Amino acid sequence: MLGYNGKFLEVDLSNSSFKDITVPDEWLRDYIGGRALAAKILSERLIHKWETVDPLGPENLLFFMPGPFTGYFPGGRTCVTGKSPQSNGMVGSTVGGEFGVELRCAGYDGIIVSGKAEKPVYLFIKDSDVELRDAGGIWGKDAKQTEALLNKECRHLLAERYPRVGLWRQPAKLYIGPAGERKVRTSVVIAKWTHAAGYGGYGAVMGSKNLKAVAVKGTGPLPEVADMKKVKQMIDEACEGAYGNVLWRRWGTGGGGYSFGAETSSEPVRNWQEEWHDQKSYAVDQFENKVWVKPAWSDFGCPTNCLKISCIRSGKYKGAITDNPDYELQAFLGPNLGLFTPEENVYLSSLIEDLGMCGIQGGSTLGFAAELYQRGILTKADLDGIDLKWGDVEAFAALLRKIASREGIGDILAEGTYRAALELGKLKGKNLLPYTVTGKGISIGAHGIRSGRDFSREIGYACSVQGGDHTSQTDLPIDGWGSEIWTIFNDSAVVCIFTSFNISSTFRYDFYTAITGQPLKRKEWLNGGGLKTLQIQRAMLLLGGPDLKWNPTVDDDNPARFYEPLPTGPCKGQAADRASVKRKVKQYYEQAGWDQNGIPTQKTLAKLKLNYIDESLRRLRV
Amino acid sequence: MLGFEGSFGTTLKHTSQSGVAFTEKITKGNSPIWVGREFSKCSGCRKCEIACSLSHENKIWPEASRVRVFMLVPGTEFPHLCTQCEDYPCVAACPIKALGVNKKTSAVTTDLTKCTGCGKCVDACPGKVPHIHPKTKKILICDLCGGDPLCAKVCQEGGWNCLRVVDREDHEFKLFARPPEETAKALATKLYGEKAEEFL
Repeated sequence: MLGYNGKFLEVDLSNSSFKDITVPDEWLRDYIGGRALAAKILSERLIHKWETVDPLGPENLLFFMPGPFTGYFPGGRTCVTGKSPQSNGMVGSTVGGEFGVELRCAGYDGIIVSGKAEKPVYLFIKDSDVELRDAGGIWGKDAKQTEALLNKECRHLLAERYPRVGLWRQPAKLYIGPAGERKVRTSVVIAKWTHAAGYGGYGAVMGSKNLKAVAVKGTGPLPEVADMKKVKQMIDEACEGAYGNVLWRRWGTGGGGYSFGAETSSEPVRNWQEEWHDQKSYAVDQFENKVWVKPAWSDFGCPTNCLKISCIRSGKYKGAITDNPDYELQAFLGPNLGLFTPEENVYLSSLIEDLGMCGIQGGSTLGFAAELYQRGILTKADLDGIDLKWGDVEAFAALLRKIASREGIGDILAEGTYRAALELGKLKGKNLLPYTVTGKGISIGAHGIRSGRDFSREIGYACSVQGGDHTSQTDLPIDGWGSEIWTIFNDSAVVCIFTSFNISSTFRYDFYTAITGQPLKRKEWLNGGGLKTLQIQRAMLLLGGPDLKWNPTVDDDNPARFYEPLPTGPCKGQAADRASVKRKVKQYYEQAGWDQNGIPTQKTLAKLKLNYIDESLRRLRV
Repeated sequence: MLGFEGSFGTTLKHTSQSGVAFTEKITKGNSPIWVGREFSKCSGCRKCEIACSLSHENKIWPEASRVRVFMLVPGTEFPHLCTQCEDYPCVAACPIKALGVNKKTSAVTTDLTKCTGCGKCVDACPGKVPHIHPKTKKILICDLCGGDPLCAKVCQEGGWNCLRVVDREDHEFKLFARPPEETAKALATKLYGEKAEEFL
């Protein structure tokens, strides 16, 4: 099909074998690429025994999936997925950078990894030359060291093996840090030091497979498209629109650290005990003037450059380097921990990225631990002497290092907020879930629902097939713009939503047609591939296991904290409304074609020709 | 950090105006041009590569682009492209005289019917800028798009101002033909101070 290379690379780490595989054109048409196509392939292979598949075992599959838009649509992204060690379902987690572009230029539409290598390895791809290489020299290295070592080794290899082409550039890389190596469930897959496929815990999946990195250099063009003239014109149109967003280009999400606190009152403050602050020390001008050393940083073809680079050049935190930090890290490694200065935020962001942990998930766990400390549930002795007080940046840094190395209490906290709450709850003989702000084992992004002023919605997290993932929220009606089915398109095509605010709502479908030559209307996606993917992911999430299973009647809900009234700020007293949430969840079930227990019905699945999913779900229907 | 407002918020108009002005002047005067480059302003978006390969190949083909953005250390991305040295060592090094100089634009010309892809010009280039086309196996050197370089155009459109067309006046252009490792190190030092040592 146009817009594709027509082959995927399948790697079995257990016996170091590779093969090129194809998928039926019908799958490409229905599921496009990225998240949706991975969901299809993953379910075809594993749904029949889903509950027994350990996400951190060799049986799990790990996908690196660009989509037909990758490289063409401004701002290249790649979807990383597999069975998630956080939700035990599947989370399509996308990461920016050049990886997907290089992979497509190397002639592949994606990579599927199974098995487990005997020793640490990395996968090196130069067009169709594929090799597993010893990663002994980079195992244990942090993100910045890994980037440098891989560049050096791969460029040397390229020059040696393919001489007489002039100077080789760097390959694109995805890799893990020390946290991923130790299977910390909140670890990420990293690109370019600071970019991450964060939600889902796929750093741990790479670690469990002894796969430190994937490096790829592709020397071909992007796959041929149906209508290049139209594609070029649409790229220009998207860029023109983006250029008009002057302040967005200037600040990216960096304005959020202050405004989501002060204005929308939806920012986690001290582990969501509050969602409001008015700390002007944390406003974007302070970041811009004090720590940003590069005001515009882009990925492939990106007109927006919402990324900035921060570096602390002197003082206590000298040497800390990160991007913006973007709003999520600003929030979770800032107000969420009672920290309100750019320097402290950059320091913690730099550290968490070096360790290869997720800023959101990791920050959530730090906040959770600090609240337990505030309440006297965790003691200084529990924390090996760390005095985990709000606002003490060094204390949080110390605990973070313990988590990444699974040392002492870090070993429990490395399981992520939800699982740590269960484990610590057992040890302390207390129900600690009221202090977790998670959805299906995934810490909720920094957009609370209590104020009603943010884009987040009452059932946005409760009904999402990706739990707390703020980029995959859903809403009623299920065929509306707030629905998750829309997000699934973005994660499958694969699109960066930050480059395309000013384009028309049908732009993406027209772009798809220009690339592939296949007509696609919004409605077809909503009732076809989009809805199918939603059902497949829902089935995976409900089957769950082996360590945890979700009970829709309990778990299709907001965390308890969202029902506590906001104690401060302009929305003081506001909280989510239980009756309304319950009603909407029920409506959502109906619209999604799920039964009263939240399970996709046989009828729904038959209509979508997902009978194999239905067969597996029979195990849940009593 | 100073100048950010200028370089983003307001210069779009100025730059496109000045871009047009330059182009007009050059066309009228037939004077040689140069792609002025200010590496620290590169965002790493690689729109220059996209434009170059779309124009020359009608494809998005990064490794067939005449301008290549090196990304050896995150944050130090910069476009690596021919600077048209005053003495054109690449032209002198070509054993079969496949390379020449376009008097109108100052660009290096390549006769692909002659080029054998031997790479002698790459060796001779102080910045190791030219490279071999992945498919044709012939040399790739910037041709200044015949006097209206698209790489600079898209960079200006986006307001980054890393690349900009200027008149080719009397300067040490060869200084801009440095190996990318050297440029990356300088930029890393500028951004990250002594920490830069660890990244290369």
